[in-house]
Amino acid sequence: MRRKLYEIAGRVLLYGCAAITGSLLLFLIGYILYRGLGGISWQFLSTAESVIHGTVGILPAIQNTVFVIVVSLLVSIPLGVGAAVYLTEYARNRRFVAAIEFASETLAGIPSIIYALVGVIVFCTALQLQKTLLSGALTLVIMILPTIIRSTQESLKTVPQSYREGALGLGSGKWHMIRTVVLPSSVDGIVTGCILAVGRVVGESAVLMYTAGMSTAMQNFSLDRIAGASGATLTVALYHYAKENADFAVAFSIATILLILTVVLNFSASFLGRKLKRS
Amino acid sequence: MQILFTLCGLVAVGFVLLITVYLVLSGIPAIRQIGLFPFLFGKTWSASQDEYGILPLILTSIYGTAGAIVIGVPIGFFTAVFLAKAAPKRLAALLRPAVSLLAGIPSVVYGLVGMCVLVPALRNWLHLPAGDSLLAAILVLAVMILPSIISLSETALEAVPREYEEASLALGATELETYFRVSAPAAKSGIAAAVVLGIGRAIGEAMAIMMVAGNVANMPALTRSVRFLTTGISIELNYSQDGSLQRQALFSIGLVLFLFIMLINGFLNLVLKREREE
Amino acid sequence: MKKVFAIALAAALALSMLAGCSGKQQGGTVNTDGSTSMADVMGALTEAFRAKEPDITVNYSGTGSGSGISGVLDGTCDIGLSSRALKQEEMDQGAVSHVVALDGVAIVVNPKNPIADLTTQQIADIFTGKITKWSDLGGADAPIAVYGREDGSGTRTAFEEIVGVEGACTYTNEYGSTGDVIGNVASNENAIGYASLSAVDSSVTAVQVNGIAPSEATVKDGTYTIQRPFVMVTKEGVALSDAAQAFLDFAMSPEAAEYITAAGAVYPN
Repeated sequence: MRRKLYEIAGRVLLYGCAAITGSLLLFLIGYILYRGLGGISWQFLSTAESVIHGTVGILPAIQNTVFVIVVSLLVSIPLGVGAAVYLTEYARNRRFVAAIEFASETLAGIPSIIYALVGVIVFCTALQLQKTLLSGALTLVIMILPTIIRSTQESLKTVPQSYREGALGLGSGKWHMIRTVVLPSSVDGIVTGCILAVGRVVGESAVLMYTAGMSTAMQNFSLDRIAGASGATLTVALYHYAKENADFAVAFSIATILLILTVVLNFSASFLGRKLKRS
Repeated sequence: MQILFTLCGLVAVGFVLLITVYLVLSGIPAIRQIGLFPFLFGKTWSASQDEYGILPLILTSIYGTAGAIVIGVPIGFFTAVFLAKAAPKRLAALLRPAVSLLAGIPSVVYGLVGMCVLVPALRNWLHLPAGDSLLAAILVLAVMILPSIISLSETALEAVPREYEEASLALGATELETYFRVSAPAAKSGIAAAVVLGIGRAIGEAMAIMMVAGNVANMPALTRSVRFLTTGISIELNYSQDGSLQRQALFSIGLVLFLFIMLINGFLNLVLKREREE
Repeated sequence: MKKVFAIALAAALALSMLAGCSGKQQGGTVNTDGSTSMADVMGALTEAFRAKEPDITVNYSGTGSGSGISGVLDGTCDIGLSSRALKQEEMDQGAVSHVVALDGVAIVVNPKNPIADLTTQQIADIFTGKITKWSDLGGADAPIAVYGREDGSGTRTAFEEIVGVEGACTYTNEYGSTGDVIGNVASNENAIGYASLSAVDSSVTAVQVNGIAPSEATVKDGTYTIQRPFVMVTKEGVALSDAAQAFLDFAMSPEAAEYITAAGAVYPN
C-alpha cells in the first residue's frame, strides 16, 4: 500500500513538474505572440519611429543590433580563437593554462551588470568613447570571449592527434599545420561558439543600456561617423518602449522578434553541435 | 606566431585582472569614506541624503535568491528526472529544445511578461496596493533559473552508469524507486552544481527584476517593493556622477556582488572537481 | 605568416582609427542624454531638426536628469537634458543652463479614481505617508499606492522641492522614467504619482491642485505652481561640435516653439 502510494506520488511529481515547465514555455510563447504578432508589419520593420507622424518602427534597433554583433565578433573571434589555439596547441606551462582557464570561467560567471559598470568607466569615460555602440560592442567582447574560447577549445580537442602528427611528419611547420589541418577541421566548433556568442549579444540588455545609449533614431553608419553612433539595440528598445513609453504593444512586438531570433539561433547551434558530434 | 597566440591567451587573463583590479580599486574608496560597518550594515540607502547602507540590498539579494531556489530547484529537478529517465522518447525530444529555448529568451522579455501578467495578478490576488514586490521578483527568477537547473541535472542523471539502475531493478525496486534512491544520489554532485549555478544566475540577474521589483530600498518583505544588489547598481548607474561618492558607492556594491559571485564560483569549481574525481 | 601580420596590423589600425576619431570630433552626430520627461519634446525637436539638417543625427537617451547633467560634466554625452533648474553646485562644476521649455508636474491618478482635486497639503500628506487610505480623502476604501521617481530624477527633485517634502517621501514604488509612472498609475486603481504634464495622456487623470487644473495656460501664467523648466545643459569651457551647436541653436530659436507646443510643453518666451 505504502509502496503504491509512493509510486503514485512519484509519478504525479515527475509528470506534474514536467507539465509545469512545458506549459510555462507554451504560455510564454503564446502570450508574447498573442500580444506582439499583430503589431509587426513591413512598416514596423523597415522605418524609424516618427513622433510627428505618430508611427513606430524599429529599423534603427535592428541595425544597431547587427552593428554590435558584427563589431564584437570581429574583435572577439581572433582573440578567442587565438587563445584557444594557444591553450590546446602551444601551451606547455600547466600553471599558465590553469590561469587562463580559470580566468575564462570567471569571466563567464560575472553578471552583466558588473560588465556594465566596467564598460561605463573604462570605455565610455576613461577612453572617451562616450556612450556609443562602439563602447557597448567592446564591453561585450569581454563578455563573449569565454564562450568563443571554450567552444573553440572543445572542437580543437576533437581533432585527432594523428592529423597533427601526420602533418608535422610530412615536414610542415607548426603554424602551417595549425592553419591547414587543425583550424579547418574545427570550423564547426568555432561557428557554434559564434552563434552562442551572437545569442548572448542579442539577449544582452544591461550592458548596452548603460554603455551604448537608448536612442531610437536612425544612425549613420558611414565610416567617418561610425564612432559616434549611439542607440538602442532590440532588447534596450524593448525596455525603452515598455518602461519609458508604457507602449506595451510595441514592446511585445519586439519581444516576438527576439523570440523568433532565439529560436533560430538555438536551432542552428544545436544543428551544428550535432554535426560536430557526428564528424 | 606562438607569441601572437600567447598574447591572445594573456588577454583573457588580462581582462579578469582588469575587472578585479578596477572593482577593488574603485570599490574601496567609498567603503573607506563611509566605513565598512555602516556600509554593509546600514539600513538606509538614500543618495540625496548621502546615506549609503546596503543591508537591505544584501538581504533582498539573499532572500530573493533563496526564494527562487526553493521554488525552482524542485520543479527543475523533477523535470530533469522526467527528461532523463521517465519520459517517452518523443516527448523528451520535444521538451528538451523547449528548455533550451527557455534558457535563450532575453531577460528583458521575462521582465516584460512579468510586469504585464504577474504584477497585476499579484496585486489582485493578494489585495496589495501594488504588485511590484519581492514575491514577483522571486517568481520571475525561479522561471529564469529553471533551464540551467534542468539541463545540468539531466546531464548528471544521464551520466549515471546503467548498471547501477539495472542492479536496483533486478533487486525488485520499481523504476521510480530506482530513479530517486539510486540514480539521483549517484548524480548528486552534478545536481549540486546545477543548484549552485542557479544561485549564481539568480544573484546576478538585473534587468528582469528591475522591471518587477518596484525598486525601493526597503528591508525585504515578500509583498514589499525591494531593491537587489544588482538593481541597486542599475537603477542609479546612469545618473550618478563620475567621481561622486554615489558613483563610488555603486562600485562598492559591485565589489560586494563580485565577492558573492567569486564565492559561488569557487564553490561551484569545488563541487565540479569533486564530481570529476568521483 | 606575413599575411596574418598584415591583417592583424590592419585590424589594429582600423580600431585605433575608430578610437582616434571618437574624441570631440563627432562629425554629424549629437548625443543627448537625460530627462525622461523631455522624451516628447526631444522627439519632436530631433525629428524637425532632421528634416532641416538631414546630415546630422541627434540621439536621445532617456535616463534621468541627474544622468544628463553628470553625463555632460563627465563628457559621456554632448548635451545634457534636465527637467529641473540646475543646482548651484552643478553650476560651480561648469554646467551651463539653456532653458528650452516650461513644464508642469502633473499629479496623476487612475481614471477610475473619483478624486479630482487635492490641496498642496493633502499631496504632501499622501507622499509623506500621513494619509494612507483613499477613504480619508473621500475616495474608495483602499490603500494608496504612492508612486514616485528614482532619486536623481528632475521631476522628483522639482516635485519634492515645490511641495516641501524633500527627502521625506515614503514611496510604495520608485520607477526609472516618466512613462513608467504613467503606465503603472494607469494600470492600478489605487495609485497616485507625478509625471511631466507633457507626457500625460488619457490613460491617467491629472488632478487639480488647489483648484487649478494643470494646462499650458496655467503653467505659463504661473498659477499652476508645481512646474519646472526643461533645460539643455552644456559644460563651460568645452566647445560644442558644429553639429551640437546647430542643434542647440535650433532648440533655442523661435522656430522650435511650434514643436515644443506640439509636444505638450510650454514655450518660455
